[in-house]
Amino acid sequence: MIKAVMVINTLGKPRLSKFYEFQPAEKQQELIRHVYAVLSNRPDNVSNFVRSLGTIFGPDTRLVYKHYATLYFVFLFDNSENELAMLDLIQVFVETLDKCFRSVCELDVVFNYSKMHTILDEIVLGGQVLETDSVEVMRAVEEISKLESSTSAGTLIKKSIPSWWAR
Amino acid sequence: MAGPSLLDSLFQRSLDDLIKGLRLYVGDETSFISKAVDEIRREIKSTDQQTKATALQKLTYLHSIHGVDMSWAAFHAIELSSSQSFNFKRIAYLAASLSFDPSTTDVILLLTHQLRKDLQSPNSHEVSLALHALYFISTPDLARDLTPEVFTLLNSNKGSTRKKAIAIILRLFGLYPDAVRVCFKRLVENLENSDPAIVSAVVGVFCELACKEPKSYLPLAPEFYKILADSRNNWLLIKVLKIFVKLAPLEPRLGKRLVEPICDHLKRTGAKSLAFECVRTIVSSFSEYESAVRLAVGKIKEFLNDDDPNLKYLGLQALTVVAPKHLWAVMENKDFVIRSLSDADANIKLEALQLVLAMVSEDNVVDICKVLINYALKSDPEFCNEILGCILLTCSRNVYEIIMDFDWYVSLLGEMSRIPHCQKGEEIENQLVDIGMRVKDARPELVRVGRDLLIDPALLGNPFVHRILSAAAWVSGEYVRFSKNPSEILEALLQPRTSLLPSSIKAVYIQSAFKVLTFYLHYSISTKGVIPSASQGVADLMHGSVEENSQFVKTGHTDDGGLNPRMLHRPVRDVSVESFEDMSVAHEWLSSTSSKVEPITEESIVNILNLVETTLGPLAGSHEVEILERSRNVLGLVELIREELPGYLVKREEDNDKGQRKTHEMIKLIAEAFSEELGPVSASSQERVPMPEGMVLNQSLDDLDAICGGLVLHIPTSFSLGRSISSEKDDVTMSDRQNKEEFESTESTSLLAEHRKRHGLYYLQSQKKEIVYDDYPPANDLKTGENADDEADDLIKLTEQSLFPKKKANQAKPRPVVVKLDEGDGSFIPAKKVESKDDLISGAVRDVLLGDEATTSSSRMKSDKSSSKRRQKDKLNIDKSSGPKEDSKSMENSEQENALRRSRRHSRGKEKKHISTPKDRDEHEVGDKQKVSHHHGKHKSRQRADGALTLAAQSPVIPDFLL
Repeated sequence: MIKAVMVINTLGKPRLSKFYEFQPAEKQQELIRHVYAVLSNRPDNVSNFVRSLGTIFGPDTRLVYKHYATLYFVFLFDNSENELAMLDLIQVFVETLDKCFRSVCELDVVFNYSKMHTILDEIVLGGQVLETDSVEVMRAVEEISKLESSTSAGTLIKKSIPSWWAR
Repeated sequence: MAGPSLLDSLFQRSLDDLIKGLRLYVGDETSFISKAVDEIRREIKSTDQQTKATALQKLTYLHSIHGVDMSWAAFHAIELSSSQSFNFKRIAYLAASLSFDPSTTDVILLLTHQLRKDLQSPNSHEVSLALHALYFISTPDLARDLTPEVFTLLNSNKGSTRKKAIAIILRLFGLYPDAVRVCFKRLVENLENSDPAIVSAVVGVFCELACKEPKSYLPLAPEFYKILADSRNNWLLIKVLKIFVKLAPLEPRLGKRLVEPICDHLKRTGAKSLAFECVRTIVSSFSEYESAVRLAVGKIKEFLNDDDPNLKYLGLQALTVVAPKHLWAVMENKDFVIRSLSDADANIKLEALQLVLAMVSEDNVVDICKVLINYALKSDPEFCNEILGCILLTCSRNVYEIIMDFDWYVSLLGEMSRIPHCQKGEEIENQLVDIGMRVKDARPELVRVGRDLLIDPALLGNPFVHRILSAAAWVSGEYVRFSKNPSEILEALLQPRTSLLPSSIKAVYIQSAFKVLTFYLHYSISTKGVIPSASQGVADLMHGSVEENSQFVKTGHTDDGGLNPRMLHRPVRDVSVESFEDMSVAHEWLSSTSSKVEPITEESIVNILNLVETTLGPLAGSHEVEILERSRNVLGLVELIREELPGYLVKREEDNDKGQRKTHEMIKLIAEAFSEELGPVSASSQERVPMPEGMVLNQSLDDLDAICGGLVLHIPTSFSLGRSISSEKDDVTMSDRQNKEEFESTESTSLLAEHRKRHGLYYLQSQKKEIVYDDYPPANDLKTGENADDEADDLIKLTEQSLFPKKKANQAKPRPVVVKLDEGDGSFIPAKKVESKDDLISGAVRDVLLGDEATTSSSRMKSDKSSSKRRQKDKLNIDKSSGPKEDSKSMENSEQENALRRSRRHSRGKEKKHISTPKDRDEHEVGDKQKVSHHHGKHKSRQRADGALTLAAQSPVIPDFLL
């Protein structure tokens, strides 16, 4: 299963992190720092796998990352996933982001924190890959944002009108 | 409350504002964040949902990105989750899933009702939110309470919901094994679904389950096989292959069926991920199918020649897997592997290194190590140490199995120690000492290498080499009889720069100096034409003074400080015999080499004694007890000799008066004690020492207090003693500082000059290597063409051979004897204990698959009576809810039954072929149960079907419709 998904920028700032086994906040930060330290030491044009992650993760945890512009997209997983498939999955994730935000850049990722989670949740649930078609993901995400805007509009009305009036 | 809340909501900062603020803020982020958190603490209490939601969203962001604690806000998230608004609900569930800790957040239970409601919601996105949250926060209680809802969702007609429910089921099984009984069947049914996404989700779940305990899922092999044969979905196929990797070792007949479709996929697919998975499956699980392996290796070759470093890396990785069984595959790609050692990618380099070492055998170990050492010299420190570590590991495998020429290996170890980045001191130390003890023939070379290391003052400055030096010192002391020039070693051991060593190693140095000094003195006595009297001493020892000898052996033990315990358990007679042998060996050697070495004069002895005294004098007041004791031992010996020194050597022949003889006798005895053989000791030998009778190890030592009570009074005296020591020491250091300076000025220059003269500058690495290599012929040559000493060695070897009959014979080139321990040196690996939870799951799975729900242990029934009650209730609910589908379900059931009956017929046909008493018994049991059970007709039929499954599954083979 997938153990964690992280998006870290090239300066080491986390942009998104999701751990599929509970980790306390300090531990999460430590893991992110550790991963960044490993990645930032790797030159470009080398393989996208990191095998020796030290003892922080389990012994058979592997890491796949991809470097896009100013961001590292990182997937951590155990040996019931295929490395190349995970690489493809990063591609799917990034493609979907690209479609959602129309040529995605780091700022989009920064300011659309919850949408990032929505997209990721459509692709991965509980460490299991559920959807690998970015069109399908897009459809679901659009439905959700429609749902969001409609309900939040409703609350806006509710908020401005006193409760006795609404009745 | 309304006032502030309204104000808050009007001027509240949104998440975007917070992020912008953070980005613009210059200076310490933490102060900004703590201010923001204070703000959030206020806002989150608001009764207005919008305000609360925004506050919670901000807090979640800060928690997830900046690691801010938000455990205090758990209740607010739960509050908000009941909101009507999808948006707020989403924010609440996201907060919950990112921050709740299932083991400590106690308010989670309050969510049960809300989650249940949302799981039943008609809006699939709401269901999805609840499922996500359930995955992250579920506790055993929550899992138990919500299992029925998830069970219902397993049949949802919306594909997206159904697959999400399937994905979540894994977590429920893990937390609440009884959920297996409820959901497993429906999960299996979903394998037949026409939607590949759903099948993929189910297979994903089984892949995880099979990783933990593959055996229970063997009966499902036919279903997986069908997917493997029919599906064209790469994700799905990868997961199925992963499952089969787990199942294959359990059922050898699977291989025959599986190899063909896997090879087909491998030939057909253009997807690299699937191709790699096929390759990995073949090389790891089906390596006995030659043609499949050839195909896989062909694919690996394609990967290696690809430009993508990922494929190169994975190709090498696959080769590593294939290497143990099909070394030809590595050999075919040898050039590529060697070239990869200098790749830019660290991953590829490491993988290549593993492969290079996989190719090592007795014949090429020398060449490969030479190549690797060259690479190590060129590469960065990290990889250099990686290489060295791998060489050390490979060469020492199975007690140096592949080493034929130990002289070469020992000099290689010496060479490694001098590589500038070398940080493998500990391992090299262990191997040097280990070889010394195990391989007699390697000892002369060991001493030579040890001498080269010791004599080099530059090495003392490198803390990574200290451990190696410790081994070198020990070896030179222990096997000093092979040394060409003991006084030189003594000088090296006492050189001034040894002050740079840590105290534990310094102690080894001093102890070694003790041994060398003893040997030197003993040698000085015996070379003065007194060989007869020496052997007479040995003869004395043989006759009369056995007790004395054993006494000395014991003191030898205590001196040794536990570095390498002598063989205590050996009978005394053995010891004396062997020491006699050793002695004669030493004597013969001495007599044969004495002509080469300059004769020892009284003057040289005086010089040596002076050197020892000036160096060790200051250490006699050391705070380190090891150093203190050992240096005092040496000084004691020096004092003893000094008393007798006038005419120590000259008068020896004419004067036989007692005093002199006593000294000589003493030296002889010490030397004999030291020349006793040390052997390797098994790590578990301590356990095998029988406990003496009447000894109670776990006796309470409380009584000691009463006895020791009197002793406590003496503390003041020990205080005064301490002071006296320190003052004494002050004096000593005062006087010795001068001595030391003198000594340094003379000795260090002489040493350095010596060292340079015979050694060349070690900084000229490459040249030096050759010198080392050519200086001495390998041991084997030495043995064939030299002197009497070797005959004795051969003798020892012969006896050794009779002692250790199980070693390899009939090798073309004689390999030195390597002493092995009886039960192997491998450490004991405790059997892995299976986690109880997994046990529960697999137990439940077996129960479901085998259908004997009735056999659930009564204890479990008792322990969660409530839960089982609820389960029954749930079942009823389910039956009601799935009322309209009842017909189709029963249809399915009967179909299934038919299939199973078919399988039963098959297995019955088989029964003739092999005896299957346990199966029969099972059948009886099932039959009995059926009689006992009070279920109505439908249940009965299901159970019968399950009974058939029992047969299929409990027999050690797979149902025949696969094979």
